[in-house]
Amino acid sequence: MSTLKEIKDELNDIPGTYVFTKERARLGLHLNLFFTSLLKAANREEFLRDEKAYLAKFTLTEEQRAVVLARDWTGMLRLGGNIYHMSKLGGTDRKTFQYMAGCMAGMAQDDYRAMMLAGGRPLAGNRSKAEQKPAS
Amino acid sequence: MAKIIAGVGTSHVPAIGVAMDEGKTQEPYWKSLFDGYGPVRKWLAEVKPDVVILCYNDHCAALPPDTIPTFALGVGDEFQPADEGWGPRPVPVVKGDPDLAWHLVESLVLDGFDLTIMHQLQVDHGLTVPLSITCGQPKEWPFKVIPIEVNVVLYPQPTGARCHALGRAIRKAVESYGKDQKVVIFGTGGMSHQIHGERAGLINKEWDTAFLNDLTANPQRLIDLKHVDYIRDAGAEGIEMIVWLIMRGALNDHVQEVGRHYHVPASNTAAGLIVLENR
Repeated sequence: MSTLKEIKDELNDIPGTYVFTKERARLGLHLNLFFTSLLKAANREEFLRDEKAYLAKFTLTEEQRAVVLARDWTGMLRLGGNIYHMSKLGGTDRKTFQYMAGCMAGMAQDDYRAMMLAGGRPLAGNRSKAEQKPAS
Repeated sequence: MAKIIAGVGTSHVPAIGVAMDEGKTQEPYWKSLFDGYGPVRKWLAEVKPDVVILCYNDHCAALPPDTIPTFALGVGDEFQPADEGWGPRPVPVVKGDPDLAWHLVESLVLDGFDLTIMHQLQVDHGLTVPLSITCGQPKEWPFKVIPIEVNVVLYPQPTGARCHALGRAIRKAVESYGKDQKVVIFGTGGMSHQIHGERAGLINKEWDTAFLNDLTANPQRLIDLKHVDYIRDAGAEGIEMIVWLIMRGALNDHVQEVGRHYHVPASNTAAGLIVLENR
């Protein structure tokens, strides 16, 4: 059995991945509560009518408000957003999971779709930050 | 006596539900995926279960970020399809089996599984897409459903070993139920996929194939997998596959694979399906 420290180090060693840990859950609670509010159609309409006014109802940091307004999906991850909660904002925008994934992967939508049709992103080269470092 | 006779493992990709709801299943992107679902639909229609115990994970639709049960069981009369941000899916209401569900709760808690009891539970694509995959588009679902919801969103998720042990306890609980009922258990989610971060789009066909093979041949290898093994090698959201181990735990040690399908991609995800019968 690994120690908790070893587990954390292993989870942090995965490139391009924001495991939803206790740290991120604490950081992002209110951001994720905002996303949750969008499960109601009336709230989605109210948000889209005046995004800033709607966001003012939640206990968010300025940075969290900014990434929501900019639809900076990776910024939301960085500030404690969880992808499944974030998908409610995607749904409000009538965007798919694949759209959000392409944005976070930093790829044009057509390129991302083509990568998936060709079998997806390979594990080789994407498994470990430590393995990505050039041998010294 | 009630009895679990078979298990189904399947992905529950939301886009699969959307493709069915919007009549796109014969389009080139989707056709070969849906063609592969024909045999499981035929099999399930012949088996005619009275009840399906459907193990899945909610995707932050029914359960808000301030309440995160590790395992939850739905005891309601019915479960409404959830609005996940783009309106509820146009699928039938899911009918529960409160009598068997409460029996499971009592047996499981006395057996040491302290699960959360849900009178009301809206069911998202995690539960309704497996029904669509295995039943098509009927006016009413052809069996009652007992939802078992598992936290796979927030680390620490339950371990694979715990999921498998819960499956064992579910089997014992079902077999102590007085009424004659034919039960099939579903474990859903996965297969390899990652839908967030710069690594989004990860697929690992070799990993998925080994997982499908070992469900029958070597479940102990899967029971021993750690969280990081799934997250690293099968993508962050690939950890949903721990839920399949509840299904495997509820079956006999000896099972026979009677159906399998695997297709890449369904949107961001490797879609897998397996049917296991007790032997």
